[in-house]
Amino acid sequence: MLRLLAAAPDGLGVADLGNALGLAKTTVHGILRTLHQVGFVEQDHSGAHYHLSDAFGRLGESYLDPNELRSRAINWADSLASRSGEVVRVGRLAEGKVVIVHHVFRPDDSEQDLDVGTTLPAHATAIGKAVLAYDTSAASRPRTLEAFTTRTITDPARLAEELATVRSRGWAGELEEHTVELASIAAPIRGLGGLVVGAVGLAGRVERICDSRLRHRSDLVSMVRATAEAIGRDLRDDS
Amino acid sequence: MAEQYVAAVDQGTNSSRCILFDRRGRLVSVAQREHRQLFPRPGWVEHDAEEIWRNVTRVVPAAIRQIGAAPSQIVAIGITNQRETSLLWDRFTGEPISHAVVWQDTRTDRLVAELARDEGPDRFADRCGLPLMTYFSAPRIRWMLDHTPGLRQRAERGEILFGTMETWLIWNFTGGASGGLHVTDVTNASRTMLMNIETLEWDDVLLDAFDVPRAMLPEIRPSSGVFATATEVLPGVRIGAALGDQQAALFGQTCFSPGEAKCTYGTGSFLLMNTGQEIVRSKHGMLTTVAYRIGDQPASYALEGSMAVTGSLVQWFRDGLGMIHTAAEIETLARTVEDNGGAYIVPAFSGLFAPHWRSEARGVIAGLTGYITKGHLARAVLEATGFQTLEVVDAMNADSGIALTALKVDGGMTANNLLMQFLADLLDVRVVRPMVTETVSLGAAYAAGLAVGYWPDLQGLRSNWHRAGQWVPHMDPARREIEYTNWKSAVQRTFNWLRPEDQEL
Repeated sequence: MLRLLAAAPDGLGVADLGNALGLAKTTVHGILRTLHQVGFVEQDHSGAHYHLSDAFGRLGESYLDPNELRSRAINWADSLASRSGEVVRVGRLAEGKVVIVHHVFRPDDSEQDLDVGTTLPAHATAIGKAVLAYDTSAASRPRTLEAFTTRTITDPARLAEELATVRSRGWAGELEEHTVELASIAAPIRGLGGLVVGAVGLAGRVERICDSRLRHRSDLVSMVRATAEAIGRDLRDDS
Repeated sequence: MAEQYVAAVDQGTNSSRCILFDRRGRLVSVAQREHRQLFPRPGWVEHDAEEIWRNVTRVVPAAIRQIGAAPSQIVAIGITNQRETSLLWDRFTGEPISHAVVWQDTRTDRLVAELARDEGPDRFADRCGLPLMTYFSAPRIRWMLDHTPGLRQRAERGEILFGTMETWLIWNFTGGASGGLHVTDVTNASRTMLMNIETLEWDDVLLDAFDVPRAMLPEIRPSSGVFATATEVLPGVRIGAALGDQQAALFGQTCFSPGEAKCTYGTGSFLLMNTGQEIVRSKHGMLTTVAYRIGDQPASYALEGSMAVTGSLVQWFRDGLGMIHTAAEIETLARTVEDNGGAYIVPAFSGLFAPHWRSEARGVIAGLTGYITKGHLARAVLEATGFQTLEVVDAMNADSGIALTALKVDGGMTANNLLMQFLADLLDVRVVRPMVTETVSLGAAYAAGLAVGYWPDLQGLRSNWHRAGQWVPHMDPARREIEYTNWKSAVQRTFNWLRPEDQEL
């Protein structure tokens, strides 16, 4: 189907594709819907013809521009910061590290510096774990697990277990693994086709992020997950 | 007791929205509907006012439903609107005489040139604070009266009403043809060219000059103060405020003291500085306008610098040139190079607005060499917004005698970090982004909530304002000087592109 679409600059209709491939209309529809959801095919204005999107030619590149991620995340990240009272960051994985794409200050008007463009270690932060858990390219995995505190996970097997937990519950937590007295919570952002394109999370002092038994506060976890879902919905709808 | 909210109704150029805010000024829900842009002839832009009212009647209940609230939880309605867009309707039937004529519409260009002929575009600036331009409402009213047979006589008999969009909405919220209230607020009235900027009343000299019958004009009210109790959409809820969108953004950014300024970065960009109770007459191309008036207190004024093409230059780069796929990608492209490579883009697409006001100017790309790549052009596109802001800030500082110490920004382009850093570098002041970027709606909500006692005072509102991001300057002063000189030299090259014989005027 992709070959046929690539060879037809004016696009093809469902019937054209069905006839050419000997497939039922409903089958063609189903496949086209999937290809459309992941952004590989586009419909023309009338909706009658499908053609390959230029995203197909850029498969090897990171498919979501980091600045696009920021502009989609900004309203939701602001709202998370103002509701939680904590610092909010959006990050993505690049060369084994988390690159900060967006940063919202803690809403207490204290002096804070924007750290957009700086990096954080992936294995020792919630945002990092939330993206590592869904990463399939071994190339972007950290090779050595540097210890920042006595709580940093430095054993690859332990990290693998931790990432499995992240996948099963859908969010990542971190407690004094990067900086003493600080903790963080993050959730993955799913773009087109369900691909994880980054994560959004909040960070703050342990006593504000965790309850008395040092568990991440469930109200904050819900807020973070709802924020990640809202950003993901925005990303998927519009493309 | 159930939580209470203020509903902001933002009647904008492209859509009508309702946003609910809680007591801490946090956005809790949003509903939005776009309306059609009608282009019946080149240069004409119209909206269907009935479609807009229908949209408002839908988005308000939708925003309330979204959070499962009851209408009784809404304590006040605040209205903000696209400015200068003008509508005439029949007092008895409630039906518009024609479509609303939108602020971008240039059908009055000949009329404006005629009115300016002997004494120049500033002939009414002393009275209304504005230069004669197609941008404002009065020439549009005159045009409509001139082009519909019998309309002037009906207007003189009080059968025809004029309003900008907040007037139309309030009239409909309060019953329309059956008892609707015909009012406007000082900020919207200050954009008609018919209000005396000192007395804040309709001015007979201006009414005569534009030949507009007084009987068709709404009563001018303070921006914040109970206008009426709604009988439609939200029966029983008080309408607590009305303000033009840019003034609402100034209010939402809590710029309540003289010298405080904000700039809203959208399709175009608007920098407003509060000048307190002082009416500052610009000698440098700024507009003098009313910032807000709270109840019986004296009005606060503002200087405004309007930039016509900022975000729309990025749109052109995307849609016109196809250099990028999404607006946000311009930052990625711009970051592929270190600097502009010597290229400058002056986007005088339909002349230059503040501080030059040159309608005959047209855009240029200056400094082109074989070295320039699309990355450099992407930088030049973003920098154009920075340089235009610097020109406006320079003019503003010269007029007000107050040097800007920090710039509060809002609007879609604040997501662009490269631009925000460039702004800080160029202006040599801190650039600060607030936690709520929906400042237009927030301002209308604040003004309405203030009127009904939901918020006690301006100080209480200030404490809701929080910094979400900040960019600090670190450009070498010598480089700043060179860049600005280059820009000014590029601007010179846009002048006198249209020759008088080319112009329709």
